[in-house]
Amino acid sequence: MEVYLDNSATTACFTEAAKLMHKIMCEDYGNPSSLHRKGVEAETYLRYANETFATLLKANEKEIFFTSGGTESDNIAIIGAAMANHRSGRHLITTKIEHPAVLQPMAYLENQGFEVTYLSVDREGRISLQELEEAVRPDTILVSIMHTNNEIGSIQPIAEAGALIKRKNPNTLFHVDAVQGFGKVRFYPRRMHIDMLSASGHKVHGPKGIGLLYMRDGAKVSPIMYGGGQQRGIRSGTENLPGIAGFAKAAELVYQDLDHDVERFYGLRKMLTERISRMDDVTINGCPGREGACHIVSASFRGVRSEVLLHALEDKGIYVSAGSACAAHKPQPSATLRAVGVEKELLESTIRFSLSGFNTEEEIDYTCRNLEEIVPMLRRYTRH
Amino acid sequence: MYKSFLIKYAEIGVKGKNRYLFEEALVKQIKYALKKADGEFAVRRTDGRIYVDALSEFDYEETVDSLKKVFGISGICPVVYMEDEGFGKLAQDVVRYIGDVYPDKRKSFKVAARRARKNYPLNSMEMNMELGGVILDAYPEMHVDVHKPDILLNVEVRDKIYLYSEIIPGPGGMPVGTGGKAMLLLSGGIDSPVAGWMIAKRGVKIDAVYFHAPPYTSDRAKQKVVDLAKKVAAYAGPVWLHVINFTDIQLYIYDKCPHDELTIIMRRYMMRIAEHIAKETDCLGLITGESIGQVASQTMASLAATNEVCTMPVYRPLIGFDKMEIVEIAEKIDSYETSILPYEDCCTIFVAKHPVTKPNLNIIRRHEQNLEEGIDELVKRALETEEVIVVHD
Repeated sequence: MEVYLDNSATTACFTEAAKLMHKIMCEDYGNPSSLHRKGVEAETYLRYANETFATLLKANEKEIFFTSGGTESDNIAIIGAAMANHRSGRHLITTKIEHPAVLQPMAYLENQGFEVTYLSVDREGRISLQELEEAVRPDTILVSIMHTNNEIGSIQPIAEAGALIKRKNPNTLFHVDAVQGFGKVRFYPRRMHIDMLSASGHKVHGPKGIGLLYMRDGAKVSPIMYGGGQQRGIRSGTENLPGIAGFAKAAELVYQDLDHDVERFYGLRKMLTERISRMDDVTINGCPGREGACHIVSASFRGVRSEVLLHALEDKGIYVSAGSACAAHKPQPSATLRAVGVEKELLESTIRFSLSGFNTEEEIDYTCRNLEEIVPMLRRYTRH
Repeated sequence: MYKSFLIKYAEIGVKGKNRYLFEEALVKQIKYALKKADGEFAVRRTDGRIYVDALSEFDYEETVDSLKKVFGISGICPVVYMEDEGFGKLAQDVVRYIGDVYPDKRKSFKVAARRARKNYPLNSMEMNMELGGVILDAYPEMHVDVHKPDILLNVEVRDKIYLYSEIIPGPGGMPVGTGGKAMLLLSGGIDSPVAGWMIAKRGVKIDAVYFHAPPYTSDRAKQKVVDLAKKVAAYAGPVWLHVINFTDIQLYIYDKCPHDELTIIMRRYMMRIAEHIAKETDCLGLITGESIGQVASQTMASLAATNEVCTMPVYRPLIGFDKMEIVEIAEKIDSYETSILPYEDCCTIFVAKHPVTKPNLNIIRRHEQNLEEGIDELVKRALETEEVIVVHD
């Protein structure tokens, strides 16, 4: 049996999306900037994608931009906002549990003389709105907060944060990294006071190499790449049309029956958490209830090295992720796990399970049965 | 402008009647190495020398880099040659050669003519003087220095006339294949690929064995070892990599023997298995990357304990090397970057906090008796399930 439970890393592409992409690559391969019919034909796909995302986000089509992925969307949002607004201020705010695609641009800006405030999180991985309120200053140009954490699945109070930021400083831009949340939650940027939002194709059964950046009309952001001026100059370069259309198709499908799917996700997640919790010496990280993401479970197995458990599960056809990206010879325990106060001994014993709509109860049962068998066995053999 | 290389070799020259065997092996290795370079080449042996001629367009840098990886080559001389069309023509060619190769003329030089074809009208001394004069006339900024010239221009009169002045150092050693074959214990660390390279340098063909311990070691760790074998193969030709699943043996030792002796006993079984495969594949010895005192399992006492289980010679070319010296070679052969990738190998997964450093052989042997019941079966199964990967550069 093959059970893929690493859907926060990447997902299988929907066949329908892949078919559409194949058609665009081999038949309708025109460049949307070309004047001839081939170009016009290609442009219809771009329109289709723009419309799809504009509808999903209740946004204007000219607020939709396509990038090479979540990382690029985050980089444009953060570095582009800093470049465009550095005269109004040089202060930015983010959290301690962001993805490196946010933390690294922030670190880069710190090197360039910007000041960054990193908000802490509680044991469930949530920021404090009060701390956020205190952090916003007249010279704060950008706040970047992730929606769903990729390691523990905690969800931030985005709409409340948005309202609060705008109340405190209407000129501060608000960016949300929604790479893990998109496809699981409906995002309405205007209602949530979001100026910029990042999402990624391959996390929602679309192709790799394609990302979305929503940018509110009027938000002051500079491009970080220069060229032919496509996408209103924000993101030059011939549009990745197969990727864009494939992503749009996948997004259309995941949002088609969202409420029903989310219930199903929570059901599977509950089953998984409950079975794991019944095992000896296991801790579930983040918010196990409905305040947490419907598709992520982070669990620490005391006395078991996550990498070994990962490979032992792999041997049974079960694919998971080691919650902390740590290497045998240079351990770099995950900043997120440390920030939510996972004890030191458990940092390297943490596994992330992440679900997709393709998973079944039978697969979860199979996974739990294997965990119940493998974990005690691995605990017998340890370093002394 | 170069279309040919004169290959200089050092130690082959002194091998007496076996010389042709060494030369043939060297030609074979040169041809193998050049397969990866763009272009077509002919490798020929004439007058007891080896020439590589480019028969088509070729990339000079890439070709030289390929040749630099052939053991047995002491020097690579880019050479131009021409038919003998009289001394006047030769003088013109020499002037053009200097003009092309050395844009900056503020240099000293010396002409070293060699007249292998004795019917050439000028003898070597006369050629040196005449050609020196011609060069000085053409390039007055140059001057002659017979003791330490910047440019030593070799002019050789043979079937054709050869000009060369540059010697690019080769790796030295002896052509791979002239020294038999040995089995390298390849771990994924810095040392073992270097050890393999050093023995290959003496003309020895290399096969390798790797002990894989899933789920404690990952497929990436295995891929890393394949990549390291590739680095060795760049010099030694294709490497047959034997991958042995060691997990069950390791866990059995863990269950039955004192923990602080785990590493030593485990290594004894690795040596036994490696020797078994080595014998079956006609290897004449084992190679390890051990160096005295580097870790607990490499003290003199530990080495004696692991050495005891083999009858085959165990070659440890790094035995007297410091880590820095090993790293220096690893960087030279481009294995270092791969070696330091942080994947766990099977030697470290259960390592005790305080492993024995002075194992007592009698005690070790006694504890190994605890394994009697099941170990043979496990070793047999490990050998039966070995995976062989032929690794090409």
